[in-house]
Amino acid sequence: MTDATHDTTARGKPGPMLAADGTPLKRSLARALRMQKIRALLLIAPLLLFVLVTFIAPIADMLFRSVENDIVANTLPDTVEELASWDGASGETPSEAVYQALYFDLFIAAEAKEHTKLGTRLNYEQTGISSLFRSTGRNLDDLGKDYQKTLKKIDKSWDDGAFWYALMSGEGGEEVLESHRLQYMQLIGQSPRSIISRFWCVIRGIFYKACPTALEDIDLNFTPSAEAAQMLPATVAAYSDFAVFTVLADGDVVAEEDPWEAVYAAFAQDLNAPGTVEKIQSYSGPGQAELLAVTENLADLPAPDFKTTFLDIDKDWGKIENWQTIKIYSPKYTSGYFLNSVDLMKTPEGIDARPENQRIYLKLFKRTLFMSLVITGSCILLGYPVAWILANLPARKANLLMILVLLPFWTSLLVRTSAWKIMLQQQGVINDTLVWLGLVADGNRLVMINNQFGTIVAMTHILLPFMILPMYSVMQTIPPTYLRAAKSLGATNWTAFWRVYFPQTVPGIGAGSILVFILSIGYYITPEIVGGTTGTFISNRIAYHISSSLNWGLAAALGTILLGVVLLLYWAYDRIVGIDNVKLG
Amino acid sequence: MADTLTSGAFVEFERVQKSYDGETLVVKDLNLSLPKGEFLTMLGPSGSGKTTCLMMLAGFETATHGDIRLDGVSINNIPPHKRGIGMVFQNYALFPHMTVAENLSFPLEVRKMGKAEREQKVQRALDMVQMGAFGGRRPSQLSGGQQQRIALARALVFEAELVLMDEPLGALDKQLREHMQFEIKRIADNLGITVVYVTHDQTEALTMSDRVAVFNDGRIQQLAPPDELYEAPQNSFVAQFIGENNTLEGVVKEIKGGTCIVQLDGGEVIDAKPVNVTQPGERTRVSIRPERVEYNKNRLQEGAHTLKAEVLEFIYMGDIFRTRLRVAGNDEFIIKTRNAPDVERLKPGQQIEIGWLPEDCRALDAN
Ligand SMILES: Nc1ncnc2c1ncn2[C@@H]1O[C@H](COP(=O)(O)OP(=O)(O)OP(=O)(O)O)[C@@H](O)[C@H]1O
Ligand SMILES: [Mg+2]
Repeated sequence: MTDATHDTTARGKPGPMLAADGTPLKRSLARALRMQKIRALLLIAPLLLFVLVTFIAPIADMLFRSVENDIVANTLPDTVEELASWDGASGETPSEAVYQALYFDLFIAAEAKEHTKLGTRLNYEQTGISSLFRSTGRNLDDLGKDYQKTLKKIDKSWDDGAFWYALMSGEGGEEVLESHRLQYMQLIGQSPRSIISRFWCVIRGIFYKACPTALEDIDLNFTPSAEAAQMLPATVAAYSDFAVFTVLADGDVVAEEDPWEAVYAAFAQDLNAPGTVEKIQSYSGPGQAELLAVTENLADLPAPDFKTTFLDIDKDWGKIENWQTIKIYSPKYTSGYFLNSVDLMKTPEGIDARPENQRIYLKLFKRTLFMSLVITGSCILLGYPVAWILANLPARKANLLMILVLLPFWTSLLVRTSAWKIMLQQQGVINDTLVWLGLVADGNRLVMINNQFGTIVAMTHILLPFMILPMYSVMQTIPPTYLRAAKSLGATNWTAFWRVYFPQTVPGIGAGSILVFILSIGYYITPEIVGGTTGTFISNRIAYHISSSLNWGLAAALGTILLGVVLLLYWAYDRIVGIDNVKLG
Repeated sequence: MADTLTSGAFVEFERVQKSYDGETLVVKDLNLSLPKGEFLTMLGPSGSGKTTCLMMLAGFETATHGDIRLDGVSINNIPPHKRGIGMVFQNYALFPHMTVAENLSFPLEVRKMGKAEREQKVQRALDMVQMGAFGGRRPSQLSGGQQQRIALARALVFEAELVLMDEPLGALDKQLREHMQFEIKRIADNLGITVVYVTHDQTEALTMSDRVAVFNDGRIQQLAPPDELYEAPQNSFVAQFIGENNTLEGVVKEIKGGTCIVQLDGGEVIDAKPVNVTQPGERTRVSIRPERVEYNKNRLQEGAHTLKAEVLEFIYMGDIFRTRLRVAGNDEFIIKTRNAPDVERLKPGQQIEIGWLPEDCRALDAN
C-alpha cells in the first residue's frame, strides 16, 4: 500500500487510470455498475411496488392519522380563527364574535351534514359534544326565519330568490366567492385537483371516459358584486356559501333558489353594523328601493344576538369545557391521540394525567408486554424438549412428529381457539375430569377461561410452532459429537447439556422468541375470544377503536406506540444478543 | 488370537460383538489386549468397524455381546464421564461457542479444579502443541491443523491415561499430516500415555504405531508391529492392504520343510514360503513385494526357480526405478529397484528373467 503511494508521488503526476476506450476507469466502472443496479431494480420492481402499496403506505397512513387533526379547522374555519384570541384559562365564555363565526360555519356544515362528524371527533375528548352539535344543527334555522318574516312584511320581494340574486350579483367579488368555494371543499374533505391527477384525467379521458369536472372548475353562474360586498359583507359571505352549496352540492341554479335563513341573519347583522345605513343611502344598484325601505324599518330588525341564540338552543354552549376542547383541538396536527394512548390529556394549562377511572392504556400496554413475555417463556419451556426430540429422532419418526407440530398450522385459528374454550370452560372437559377425579369439588370448578390464564394457554398452543421450528432447525445443525466430546472430557449429562449443547441452541431460542413475542404482542383474535376482560391485549382495544368507536386517530396512535415498542425491543435485542446470532434455518 | 487375555493388560476386548440393526454384525468377535503405554493403531478400509470399536471403548455405544475391560474393570459399570478417556474426534468437536482456552479448561472445570491450577495446565497443554498464543481465539478462527492440535491438547490436558483418536489427521494436507504424525507420536511417547489411534492411511499406521490392528469386515485380520505386518502378512487381505504387492495365483504342488512349490495357473513353477497353506492341491495366492524381486542372475540363489517376464513400462522415480512387467499372464507385476550405478535400466519390450528368495514369496489363502 505505502509502496504504491510512494511510487505515484515519485512519478509526479498520478493521473486517473483510464479504461481501454480512454474514459476514466472510475467512470466506466460506475457506469457498468449502474446498469447492473438498474437491471436489479427493474427485476425487483413489481415486488417493491407491491410492498410499498400494500405495506409501507398503510403504515405511513397510520402514522399520519395518529397526529392528523384537520377536521376542526376544516369544519369551523372562521370559528377557529376567532377562538385564537380567546384565553381558555380565563374562565369566561368566548366573545360574541366567536358565536357569530360559529353560527355561519355551523350553518353550512349542517347543510352539508358534516357537523355530526366533527361532533363525533370532539366527543372522543369531551363527552356530550356530539349531541350538542347534532341538536344545534337542527335548530340553526329559527334565527333567520324571524328576520325573513319581518322582511317579507316590509317588502314581498325579500322572499324572492331572484330578487336576492339580482341584489347580490355584480362584478368584482370573485375573490370572496372563491374563498368560500375553497372552504366548502375543505369542509367536505376535497382538495383541488393536483397536476398529477389532472394529467391522469386527460389519459383517462382518452382511453375510457372523462373525469367529472373538478369542483373548483364548475361554473357557479354567480359573481358577487363588489359593491354589495362592501356594503353588506356578512350577507354576501353567507350568500356565497349558499351559492357554492346550491351549485356544487345540489346541482341547482343559484338564481332560482331561495336563500338560506343564514343569509337573513347575516343581513340583519349587516344592517345594524355602523355605517351600513349611510352606505345604503348612497347606493344606486339593483334593489335600491327595497333596501331603503328596510332602513326605514330598522327598529323591527334588531341585531341578532348569536350567543343568546346558541345558549337558547343548548345551554351547553355556555360550558367552558366544550370551548376549551374545540380550541385545544383546533390545530391541524395534534399530540392528543398519543397523550390519550398513555393516559394523559391536554388541558388549557398543559398536559395532565387522566382521571384515575379513565386510565386504561398504560395498564393494557403493561399487560400486553407481560403476557407476551409469559407466553414466550412457556413456548420456550414447552418447545425446547420437542425441538430436541425432533432433531434427535431418526428421520421417519421425526417427520411424523413434525406433522403433529405443524398440525395447528393447518387448522383454522378460530377452530383452535374455540376448542380451547370448550376445554377450559367451567363445564368443560378439564373441569369435568378434575371433578370426576375428585380433585376439585363440583361447586368449586376452576375458572380457566375469559381471564389471563385462558389467553396464555390458548396463545402458547397457537404460537408454539413458531418457537419449535427455528429451535429445531438450529438443533439439527449441532452434531451429536459435541455432547460426546463433552462427556468424554468428564462432563455429566447435565453439564454437557448446559455448558455445551444449550449455548449452541441460543440462536434458535432467540429467533423463536422474537417471532413469538412480536406475534403475540399484536395478537387479537385469541384474546378477544378467550380473554374476557382481564386477558385482553392492547390490540383488542385498537380493534375496538377501528371498528366500534371509529376513533381511528387513537387506534393509529396506539398502533404506532406498539410499533415503536417492537422496534425498541428489537433494537435492544440486537444490542444484547446480536441479530446475526439469530438463526431461522 | 484367543490367547490375548494377558493379565496386566490395560485395555481388553474379549469376544466383543456389535450390531446396530440386529441383522448384521458390524464387529464380529473382537479380541484385543493392549498394555499401558502402547500406541496401537486400528487400520482398515472404510466401514470396517474401527469407529464403532472406539465408540464402544469410550462408552458411547454398548457392545451387543462380550466384555470390554479397562484396567481390569468391566467398562459397562463405568459411565462415560468417569472413564477418564481422552478422545480426539474425527471432526475435532471443538466447542464453537468457547475460546480455545475455555475448550481446554472445560475438562478441568468439570473436575472442579481451582482456577490458578486450571490456567497453568491449560497453558502447559497449549505450549505442548505449540499453540500457546492462541488461547483467546475461537475454533472457527483456526486453521485445520491448529484445530487438530487444540483437539489433541484438550484430550491430553486432564491427564488421561488412555487417549483415543479417530482419524484425527483425516482433513489435513500431506505435509501438515506428516508433521502432526510426528508431533503426536512425540507427545505420546513423552507423556507415556496409551493411545488407540484409528486411521485408514497405512503409512500413518506404519510410521506411528507400536502395533497395528488391521481391520476388515468386523474382524482383526492381523495384529502385529509394523515391520512384521509389512514383511510377514498373515493373509492375502493384509498383504494387499499394506504396501504394494504382487500376487500370482496357483496350486500348491508340494510342501517340504520351510518352503513349498507352487504351480501357477499358466503352468510355471515357483518357490514360496507356505503361510496359509497346509497341504498339496490347495489353491493359493502368492504374494511378493516389488522390492524383493530380482532380475540380476548373479543375485539369485543357486537352483532357484525363475520366471520369464516382458518389460511393459519403465518409470524413473529418482530414488527408485519402477518397472511394470508381464509375468505369467499378469500385466500389473511391479518391480522396484534402487537407483544405483550398477543397476541396469530396462527398456519396454525387453525380455528378462526374474526370481526371488523363497522366504520373500508368501503362499497365502486364495481369497
Ligand atoms: N449409528 C449407526 N447406526 C447404524 N449403522 C452404523 C452406525 N454407525 C456405523 N454404522 C455402520 O457400521 C459399520 C462400521 O462403521 P464404522 O463407523 O465403525 O466404520 P469405520 O471403520 O470407522 O469407517 P471409516 O473409516 O469410514 O470411518 C458401517 O457399515 C456403518 O454403516
Ligand atoms: Mg470412522
